[in-house]
Amino acid sequence: MSEAVPLKIYYRIFSALMVLTAITVGIAFVDLGYLNTFVAVSIAVLKATLVLLFFMHVKYSNRLIWVFASAGFIWFIIMVAFTMSDYVGRTWVEAPIPLP
Amino acid sequence: MSNDTSSPKVNYLNNDYSIKSWLLTVDHKRIAILYLIAISFFFLVGGLMAVLFRFELATPQGDLVSAETYNKLFTMHGMVMVFFFLIPSVPAVLGNFLLPLMIGAKDVAFPRLNLASWYIYMLGGTLTIFAAISGGIDTGWTFYTPYSSTYANTAVVTAGIAVFITGFSSILTGLNFLVTIHKLRAPGLTWSRLPLFVWAHYATSIIMLLGTPVLAITVALLAVERGLGFGIFDPNLGGDPVLFQHLFWFYSHPAVYIMILPSMGVISEIVAAFCRKRVFGYTFVAASSLAIAVIGFFVWGHHLFLSSQSVFAGMVFSFLSYIVAVPSAIKVFNWTATMFRGSISWETPMLYVLGFIGLFSIGGLTGLFLANLAVDVHLHDTYFVVAHFHYVMVGGVIMGYMGGLHYYWPKITGRMYNEFWAKISFLLIFVGFNLTFLPQFVLGQLGMPRRYYFYDAEWQTLNVLSSAGASVLGIGYLLPVIYFLYSLKNGKIASQNPWGAKGLEWEVADTPPDPHNFHEIPVVTEEAYAYAKEAH
Repeated sequence: MSEAVPLKIYYRIFSALMVLTAITVGIAFVDLGYLNTFVAVSIAVLKATLVLLFFMHVKYSNRLIWVFASAGFIWFIIMVAFTMSDYVGRTWVEAPIPLP
Repeated sequence: MSNDTSSPKVNYLNNDYSIKSWLLTVDHKRIAILYLIAISFFFLVGGLMAVLFRFELATPQGDLVSAETYNKLFTMHGMVMVFFFLIPSVPAVLGNFLLPLMIGAKDVAFPRLNLASWYIYMLGGTLTIFAAISGGIDTGWTFYTPYSSTYANTAVVTAGIAVFITGFSSILTGLNFLVTIHKLRAPGLTWSRLPLFVWAHYATSIIMLLGTPVLAITVALLAVERGLGFGIFDPNLGGDPVLFQHLFWFYSHPAVYIMILPSMGVISEIVAAFCRKRVFGYTFVAASSLAIAVIGFFVWGHHLFLSSQSVFAGMVFSFLSYIVAVPSAIKVFNWTATMFRGSISWETPMLYVLGFIGLFSIGGLTGLFLANLAVDVHLHDTYFVVAHFHYVMVGGVIMGYMGGLHYYWPKITGRMYNEFWAKISFLLIFVGFNLTFLPQFVLGQLGMPRRYYFYDAEWQTLNVLSSAGASVLGIGYLLPVIYFLYSLKNGKIASQNPWGAKGLEWEVADTPPDPHNFHEIPVVTEEAYAYAKEAH
């Protein structure tokens, strides 16, 4: 079981999430080119990690919980990586017969 | 382990007869029965739809139902069978009933959540029936975009919501099983002593937990695009229809393993009991379940070989699809090796084991044809694919489910079924199944596309054979309904352990089990399937 977490931790995390939300909105008005998606997704991952670690008490849980929580992330990466192998790889290998 | 035959009369079935005691029960055994009734209903609905469109396909021209109705029939058949029968069948019925009994626990870790799973399942099922009545759905069970998101005029959103909701039932069941297996094992029941049924459900639960949310998100995105016009899958709105296929199959291919793994667990239990031998290569069979669960997540792209998926991704997914066949083959070889020099008895559950091994092998091996990039160009979306996955899902999953239902029927009800009729039923199912689906391999090879309303007259003979087989199969499945129901009142009273099987569920728990499973928490002192000790 997780330990009792001081209330101030929750307030801090909540503040951090609010700040990150404001950054996400603010940065949407700045064109970063290729980095647009990267920055938006990075902030989202950071926010999700904070929620997972503190609000969902993973930080204070045992290793088994860590394994299962990590598995969720790893599976997400599998999904993204192999889907991208399609989108990115479309120019890597030519089809033997050109498609009409 | 004790073998107490002077068991008390009170059991989970007779401790309270009120309807309330069933609908508000948190007993995993009663919840399993609730699932059994619900799942049987959906199996009947899905089966009737199949019979209808098989009758339609008995002639090349459309004459029994309209083309629109035909599209709705095969869509609803697929949807009902996959989401409301095959996925929950073994885990929700046999898994729910047996997991706590097998590991020496009083119940699952979260009994209320278990009941909630059933209600969520029922809500999803009711919505599906509502979708069927309010216009039906004609997209195919795969809901492919852009047809489903842009063009279909049927109850796509309602059906999508139904699948979304039902997914949570699956997620919660998986979560419950994982925590139960980790936390509630009896003293002495180490991981290396776990029955293979438990290992199979552990692997299945991992897939349920990690895969199902992706399906929920995918159908939610579909509904958002269809309802609010967000550009996710529609190229006109900046989306990509192939993305739907990626997301859909990221769950739906592993879902095949959600279906087959628990059945494989059942087969391991039966083969050991009816060969009086420890399962050959126990560790490999257990590990192969986990291997299937993990590798199964890396193969979804083989459904996209003929979409615009890159050749590079196609090659990767093709290679990985061959790899996933290895752990399945390990199981088949090990079951066969278990039978070698075993003291085999030929009661009905064992017949289903043989049926499973034979039919699943055909289903698995024809999967290798489809995993081949070049061959798949010819076979993709033909009846070859239909035959292939029915050999896995019906020949594999339902053979395991039926085998398990027969094997555990005495434990569940305290009554024996009629062995003669059970064997007749198995025979009808086996013959009917092969008559239905073997011709479809030939049809597919000849180029007959799946999901077509009209077909070339030269393919009629094979289609008539297939439709005739479906009728035999239907009768085969109806027979157990009759003799199982008959046995509830008139069947011979089952002894404590009618098959002489090993395991806490047979040796220690009463037949039928006590409401709290065990009178005292059992202590496990031996490995699973310790039949050899008995023999020597």
